[in-house]
Amino acid sequence: MSPDFHLLPQDAAVSATRLDSLALCLLLATGIVALVLLAMMIGFAIRYRAGSNADRSGARSQGRRLEIAWTVIPLLIFFGLYAWGAVDYIALYRPDPAATPIFVVAKQWMWTAEHRNGRREIGQLHLPLGRPVRMVMTSQDAIHSFFVPAFRIKQDVVPGRYTSIAFTPSRAGEYQLFCAEYCGTDHAVMTGKVVVMPPAEFGRWLAEGPRQPGMAARGFELYRRYGCSGCHDAGASVHAPSLERLLGRRVHLQDGSELTADEAYLRDSILEPRKAVVAGYAPIMPSFAGQVGEEDLLAIIEYIRETGHDERAERP
Amino acid sequence: MTSAQSDLELLEEDTSAASSYLAEGYSLRSWLFTRDHKRIALLYAVSITLFFALGGVAAALIRLELATPQGDLVTADTYNKLFTAHGVIMVWLFLIPSIPSVLGNFLMPLMIGARDLAFPRLNLASWYLYMAGGALVLWALLAGGVDTGWTFYTPFSTMFSNSHVTLALLGVLVTGFSSILTGLNFIVTVHTMRAPGMGWFRLPLFVWANYATSIILVLATPVLAMTLVLVAVERLFQVGIFDPALGGDPLLFQHLFWFYSHPAVYIMVLPAMGVASEIIPCFARRPVFGYRFMAYAILAIAVIGFLVWGHHMFVSGQSVYAGMVFSLLSFMVAVPSAIKVFNWTATLYKGRITFPAPMLYALGFVGLFTIGGLTGLFLAALALDVHLSDTYFVVAHFHYIMVGGSVMAYLGGIHFWWPKVTGRLYSEAWGRVAALVIFAGFNLTFFPQYLLGYAGMPRRYHSYPEEFQLLHVLSSAGAVLLAVGYLMPLGYLAWSLRYGRRAPPNPWQATGLEWQTASPPPVHNFAQPPVVVRGPYAYTADTP
Amino acid sequence: MSPSGPLHPDTPTSPIGTPGKGHHAEQFGSREQQVFARSFGMWVFIASEFLFFGPLLFAYFYLRLHFPEACAAASRHTDFLAGTVNTAVLLTSSLLAALAGHAAEAEGAGARRRAARLLVATAALGLVFLALKGYEYHGEFAEHLFPGAGFRPEGVLDDRLRGGMELFFLLYFLMTGLHALHLSVGIGACLWLAAGLRHPPEGGADPGPDKEAVELAGLYWHFVDVVWVFLYPLLYLVGRAGA
Repeated sequence: MSPDFHLLPQDAAVSATRLDSLALCLLLATGIVALVLLAMMIGFAIRYRAGSNADRSGARSQGRRLEIAWTVIPLLIFFGLYAWGAVDYIALYRPDPAATPIFVVAKQWMWTAEHRNGRREIGQLHLPLGRPVRMVMTSQDAIHSFFVPAFRIKQDVVPGRYTSIAFTPSRAGEYQLFCAEYCGTDHAVMTGKVVVMPPAEFGRWLAEGPRQPGMAARGFELYRRYGCSGCHDAGASVHAPSLERLLGRRVHLQDGSELTADEAYLRDSILEPRKAVVAGYAPIMPSFAGQVGEEDLLAIIEYIRETGHDERAERP
Repeated sequence: MTSAQSDLELLEEDTSAASSYLAEGYSLRSWLFTRDHKRIALLYAVSITLFFALGGVAAALIRLELATPQGDLVTADTYNKLFTAHGVIMVWLFLIPSIPSVLGNFLMPLMIGARDLAFPRLNLASWYLYMAGGALVLWALLAGGVDTGWTFYTPFSTMFSNSHVTLALLGVLVTGFSSILTGLNFIVTVHTMRAPGMGWFRLPLFVWANYATSIILVLATPVLAMTLVLVAVERLFQVGIFDPALGGDPLLFQHLFWFYSHPAVYIMVLPAMGVASEIIPCFARRPVFGYRFMAYAILAIAVIGFLVWGHHMFVSGQSVYAGMVFSLLSFMVAVPSAIKVFNWTATLYKGRITFPAPMLYALGFVGLFTIGGLTGLFLAALALDVHLSDTYFVVAHFHYIMVGGSVMAYLGGIHFWWPKVTGRLYSEAWGRVAALVIFAGFNLTFFPQYLLGYAGMPRRYHSYPEEFQLLHVLSSAGAVLLAVGYLMPLGYLAWSLRYGRRAPPNPWQATGLEWQTASPPPVHNFAQPPVVVRGPYAYTADTP
Repeated sequence: MSPSGPLHPDTPTSPIGTPGKGHHAEQFGSREQQVFARSFGMWVFIASEFLFFGPLLFAYFYLRLHFPEACAAASRHTDFLAGTVNTAVLLTSSLLAALAGHAAEAEGAGARRRAARLLVATAALGLVFLALKGYEYHGEFAEHLFPGAGFRPEGVLDDRLRGGMELFFLLYFLMTGLHALHLSVGIGACLWLAAGLRHPPEGGADPGPDKEAVELAGLYWHFVDVVWVFLYPLLYLVGRAGA
């Protein structure tokens, strides 16, 4: 027997409680419909079984008003359910500048994470209670999926791009992390532990651990080592766009379109510089595909984020 | 018992076996080179039963492994190959051909008053293609198996899997051609070979259902074929289509794959709905309620079914806006299905209902399909799907529809038309017991999986945290019961072939042209082409 | 309508029908039904074929949208002369197929032989197309344009451009390969029909292929031609007008 089993896993994120309400609402609605239909089927089966003397006169084989009614009413109910689900879904992906980014690189068959101050973890993830976090995730090989049942969140982690999901842990404790997209032999053991701690304790935890430069500092060192500063620093002889405060800025591209610079844009610019060239610049940036690993890319992006001196970001 | 109003003058009852299609030759050659749609249906029946058994063995091993939390029965790789084999076999080698190629092949010409399908030789070619594809898949399994899952997600299937992926892809590709040709045959047959007087709105709903299924077969399967070719190209030639390391896009695969695979699930369920619409009116002695709405609902399911594929990708990294569009359409596709369930229930009202085995299967189908369909609403709701996607909740949902739905309907159809196909009556007592055992076993197997899914148990795991064990044990116990239930019809149906009472042309007093000819039918189905003078389901419950 | 007795076991399984009014296969009730059904079947088949080429065309337009220079550069590596000649060859063959259908409509053995000759000519042009295509493929292999590890278009140093060009050539080989496969089936059908028309079997039991069969083959041939009419500009003419 399993004493630990909970029909409903602990709801440990702010959005989780709301999600359970939606589930409960759906359960009630569908449960009632199922029970009513079942009752009618059984009821008719008994009442109108061959040999019973129920009144069978006047049975009709069509009823337009009835048909329209049981078409329109379910449709309206479905629209309501759709709207609720959609609204809650959007909230999971709304960009929140106040959310702390946590960087995850998944690989067969383990989860690695890095916090902004450089503290790394494997198979575990420490998070602060009550503060919004945003997972910025990529994979080194196949598609994985970051699934924490207690938070009711799941997000596929895809190679070649960053995927993101946001939530706020609401209950301290330890929770299961599963990989939810089949990824090969040890998919079932690609699990981990999410540890939610009160902010003060989390701060202490973050400061402990092996002395290591923060992600941004490491990113700066990489930025210089790979020669980015040679073109992108102010005063460089080459005409290259400035990277200061780039994250979150509107960028105008050569083909006339515009975008808001995010992590994905920065990653693409490093690996495929011709993909989205900034207006007014020649496409002379070389590609660094195959040279910079996923963790290093995230560090460089962190450095660029720091150049924006975003005061609202979580300070470790 | 009132004899059902026939819609043409009754032919002389001819129960002499000498003129039945089964007596037209007993050699292997007469079967393997037949053009008779009825014999081809039986060829399919035998082969899909064998594949169902194989897929069932894989399922049994899976449930056995999952009875304990540790991965202790088979290695991880073997387990991965088991669930892949189970999925590939059950989807492509069993479910998709089952009702259309067995019951549809046998009954479609009979139901519309034709002598055969439009292209009998093409029909036989379809079977051979199916067998060739099945052989290739078997070869892939015997050579060491495939471990990508039946969904072949990239880049795992193109770059990281060391199993016989290309061989399996080839097998599925070849079976796909079988599907396309069957669909083409059915569409042309329904358009061009209906008996005089058989207008579109006099067609039995079984014909409507298979017609809509055929449209999906013809339009969706080619997309699968091309997608599998692209996967094979990337795997063999390292061209970057889906693998980001080579410049490709993994989500492109998912869009292409699900564009086929979602309509594919309607290929699996629409014919089952058609079967239910034949059985329920017969044993309630009432016409199906809302015939036109039922026909339109079938078409609506087929059309809207092409527009919802993105609901398999809500957490994949596709855009939020795409998710919102697909979610809305997914809720809408539930409406015509709901209409059908309401109509079947209303058909029972003021009926004169009996409960032979086919009726038990059909009612079981309606109940289980309803539960499966309602849980689809949970998955269509975006925020909920974030939690439930890739968990056992999804597994339970699709098994309720495909097993509780389609397989039960298939068995119901087999029992209902068994006298027509074989000329023998099966044991009603055994039939009812088997139906109830299957119903009980099915629910015990799959209902706990809804709970497992909400609790967070992910799919495709061969080991799991201890707290999930109780529900897994319940599910595995149910699987044992279900297996027993599936074995029973093999027994008593086979027994009836030799020892069962000979069947009259119309043992159920059903309407429909197939019942107006001998059991089993003569080679050319009808001595004279029938002329249809009234609509389907001319049942009356008023007088006993 | 009076019921007749059970079907006599000696009923022939060969085509039936009233002699002189047209034979038809036994599953059909009349010749008209057979003609309609076979024609309808061909159209349904063609509809499914569009769903085969559809995803490839979709992929092509997706590629063109995201890699316009790569598409233009890659298209300049195709053999313009061969492609243009092939287009003319195929269009002419379609004309011959149409004439064959027309010839088959007339009565008499002479008309049938003329139809057979036209079908052979159609097939011959189809073979010319395939031969030219084979010559093109050979050239493209030699220039390292076949996608895969050995893809090395001359003078292209930019990785991204090369990636786009490789995808273009993947689609080029897939689409022209699929087209060639369909064309081969068409050639086979034309030759088989021609053989049947030229030497009809003796006796009245099986009159051999009829004008409808020739028309259906023609319909299929025109479909293959139409596909090429789309492929030619999309693959050969991108970026050729400019520098």
